[in-house]
Amino acid sequence: MEVAMKNTQNILSKIATNDGHGENSPYFDGWKAYDSNPFHSQHNPTGVIQMGLAENMLCFDLIEEWIQANPAASICTQQGAADFRETAIFQDYHGLPEFRAAIANFMSQVRGNRVAFDPDRIVMSGGATGAHETLAFCLADPGEAFLVPTPYYPGFDRDLRWRTGVKLVPVVCESSNNFKITMEALETAYENAKLANIKVKGLLITNPSNPLGTFLDRETLKNLVTFITEKNIHLISDEIYAGTVTTGDEFVSIAEIIKEEPKCNLDLIHIVYSLSKDMGFPGFRVGIVYSYNNTVVNIARKMSSFGLVSTQTQHMLGSMLSDNKFVDNFISESRTRLAHRHDMFTRGLAQVGIGSLESNAGLFFWMDLRRFLKEPTFESEMTFWRTIIYDIKLNVSPGSSFHCSEPGWFRVCFANMDDETTMTALRRIKRFVLKNKMLEIKTMRQCWQNNQHLRLSSRRLDEMLTPHRMSPHSPLASPLVRAHN
Amino acid sequence: MLTACTLQFSIYTFKNPVQTKSFSTLNPPHQTLLPQSLSLSLSLSLTHRIQEIKMLSAKATCNSHGQDSSYFLGWEEYEKNPYHQHKNPNGIIQMGLAENQLSFDLLESWLKNNPDSAGFKPDNHSLFKELALFQDYHGLPAFKNALADFMSEIRSNKVTFDPNNLVLTAGATSANETLMFCLANPGEAFLLPTPYYPGFDRDLKWRTGAEIVPIHCSSSNGFRITESALEDAYQQAQKQNLKVKGVLVTNPSNPLGTSLSLHELELLVNFVSSKNIHLISDEIYSGTVFSSPGFISIMEVLKNKGLMNTEVWKRVHIVYSLSKDLGLPGFRVGAIYSNDDLVVSAATKMSSFGLISSQTQYLLSEMLSDKKFTRTYLSENRKRLKQRHEMMEKALQKAGIRCLKGNAGLFSWVDMRHLMSSQTFEGEMELWKKIVYEVGLNISPGSSCHCSEPGWFRVCFANMSKETLLLAMQRLNYFVDSMAKKDNRSGRRQPLNGNPRRSKSLPKWVFSLSFTSTKRNGVTMGR
Repeated sequence: MEVAMKNTQNILSKIATNDGHGENSPYFDGWKAYDSNPFHSQHNPTGVIQMGLAENMLCFDLIEEWIQANPAASICTQQGAADFRETAIFQDYHGLPEFRAAIANFMSQVRGNRVAFDPDRIVMSGGATGAHETLAFCLADPGEAFLVPTPYYPGFDRDLRWRTGVKLVPVVCESSNNFKITMEALETAYENAKLANIKVKGLLITNPSNPLGTFLDRETLKNLVTFITEKNIHLISDEIYAGTVTTGDEFVSIAEIIKEEPKCNLDLIHIVYSLSKDMGFPGFRVGIVYSYNNTVVNIARKMSSFGLVSTQTQHMLGSMLSDNKFVDNFISESRTRLAHRHDMFTRGLAQVGIGSLESNAGLFFWMDLRRFLKEPTFESEMTFWRTIIYDIKLNVSPGSSFHCSEPGWFRVCFANMDDETTMTALRRIKRFVLKNKMLEIKTMRQCWQNNQHLRLSSRRLDEMLTPHRMSPHSPLASPLVRAHN
Repeated sequence: MLTACTLQFSIYTFKNPVQTKSFSTLNPPHQTLLPQSLSLSLSLSLTHRIQEIKMLSAKATCNSHGQDSSYFLGWEEYEKNPYHQHKNPNGIIQMGLAENQLSFDLLESWLKNNPDSAGFKPDNHSLFKELALFQDYHGLPAFKNALADFMSEIRSNKVTFDPNNLVLTAGATSANETLMFCLANPGEAFLLPTPYYPGFDRDLKWRTGAEIVPIHCSSSNGFRITESALEDAYQQAQKQNLKVKGVLVTNPSNPLGTSLSLHELELLVNFVSSKNIHLISDEIYSGTVFSSPGFISIMEVLKNKGLMNTEVWKRVHIVYSLSKDLGLPGFRVGAIYSNDDLVVSAATKMSSFGLISSQTQYLLSEMLSDKKFTRTYLSENRKRLKQRHEMMEKALQKAGIRCLKGNAGLFSWVDMRHLMSSQTFEGEMELWKKIVYEVGLNISPGSSCHCSEPGWFRVCFANMSKETLLLAMQRLNYFVDSMAKKDNRSGRRQPLNGNPRRSKSLPKWVFSLSFTSTKRNGVTMGR
């Protein structure tokens, strides 16, 4: 039997039979649990609520309204049918000019028009998934590596490595400074790669960050540019969540930094974008590679043959995203609704004293559930995670699947459900935390009764009963404080 | 510095021996073997080029994307000076694009009768949101069911397809590359009969690192695949230390415009079975078979030989797309069909890199589920292709040009050997340049399709109006006439037996044919 399996494996490629697709990671296990018992407010109110999917479902009404009002945008309607033929036969990998112009326009609007994008640098790809793989193929040979700050999106393991043979070297970020990327961490990662004889070809950042939900400040970005310039390596900035920054004007894109840094070698700068998060269109597979390197634009465009955007979709979006009035309104309304949902969650979590990293971007929270772990280990994290899925019935994503260096952190998505489901999820969390506290208090009473010596600082009690948020200025954030208790 | 650069390129041409022939004989004005930056200004850009080679990947700096081939260069020339009936009547007519534009009216009328504004249903329940969020790489079930049925219908329902064995990809381009990633490791090879679609050099080799070893087919037997050609290719691969993982055929063939015979299909099944390798059958043109002997799918052969559920059955994979049969290349609809669960599973995961837009899947699921429509479309489309094919064949004949007898596809494989000044690839290129620049027709030279014999050209007929086609044929006729006059004046091209009268009535290819000593299988050279 084993021989037969081995024979089967030999007849296929190594890529087809290895684990490079990364789907055996726990990130996907939760999805499987959800798939087998999905929550539905009427049909299955006790099912698992999907909080592991970073999707933006808050603004479909605005889009549907626009679609109704603009039937010519679709080549299937009476009004749009005249465009059907030309659209259906158009297979030029440069893409429809209107589409490219509209995307460049949208990207600019999302960044408050602080920077302009050249439509001729817009290259299509099969979603951001395709964009990342394409850039890896363009910038690195098999065996070479990209540095990636942890925690990072689990899909990168597949997108950047699977078929390309490229490696990822983690730049370890810690909770002690709110997971900021430090120069020391970058240098350490670079040196580690060197020691292991791995050639580093670039640094990949996701800004705003998945899973942190934070965006990089100007100083950090400038430091990163200095770092890559000094090392002569590429910088890929995945800005897929750029439009989800609730405090919009504060977001700084790499496109803005390079304007301010004349010494920056533009040939090293590349942006990945997509409409999957900002607009909530993951099904339409709109990925963009935007490079300041002419050769990369050229080659990536040739590679885009492997994942072009359907011209039916290009046609629709070319129309939608060049409607400035709609775009303006959409971006601002989307930010408002995300902020509202964000607040709803924040208040709910505060009621039960659950902390999370202070954030104002992304479609998720980076929740601090370390105190619920029996031990500060990844095994405990996994055990607790199973509790969350099977007992609390929420699919959340464990930090280990994001390569977080510290156990106890979880990514919890909030924009892929309606208000009612949000309240249900919060109620379940509340119930669990209170039940947990009752257990703790019961245990503590027993300890007192048994005359166990227990140092309960008032601070600890406070921590349990009052809300705390992780913020750069909170002393509670320091692990040193915890260690004392 | 110079050494590093030239060394880099000599490595690439050495690694791709099949391409060497094309590169060495290509010399159209805008073709360059080196990236644009180098051709601009040698000294400055040389430094830049060296830097580029260091900073980018090998894949980015080589030219395995194949776009320096004449196949694509002809397109570029057309783009610069495209024919338009009123705006540019002297422009270049595009005959290098295998597109099906003959049956759009049928699609448009279906749309008219089935208005569906981006997923809004008559009962006002909008599907837009569900579609926008649908990113499951297993694909829209309704679409896969409809596609499986459509594929079956094309094969006259002689075989059925299980939707669970279908993997959706962004076009056949992506399907072919994905299959290569699944079946071959870098450095391993697939055997392909020549001539073959130029895009395969990019799709099968570029990012995968796989190699192509040609199975040489010749005009002596109508370019049919023979057992000896298969074996020769296999041995050639062994000599080059390349492990052969499979054979890839296009059936019906691009550029030949013929469907594989039962004999060839059986040969292939026996061959891959004995060598324990894969067989990929790219059946992208399966719906364009317009005359006898009709289309036989590889699946049919396996079924009739009682080979279902055997090892070889698991090693046969089909590639399909709606770009040719339905004329929808812009929608990027491709598919892999495999009976091997591991291949389906791996390919499905890989399809993440090139999924089909959900709104396109939805539109086509509605269209292809309409059986009345598909039945009418398939039959009417075939009729029109047949008419158009005959129109072009007759016109070519008038100009004294013959084609391989074709029964499928959107093009003819045309024999212009008699028009070359020398029976070499240089002669072919010279003729091609004349046809592009003087005659104003972008056709594809056989060398770009890796044909082993010079003088054959692929000429497309389904991507233009009847009037444009007739104009193209007139131009060609005029060109042939003027060439004949020139020849007679210069005294060149004396017939071998010295009879001046014969030289007028019979083109030279007749003589060259009589001097080839290979066996013929009763092939007719297209009347």
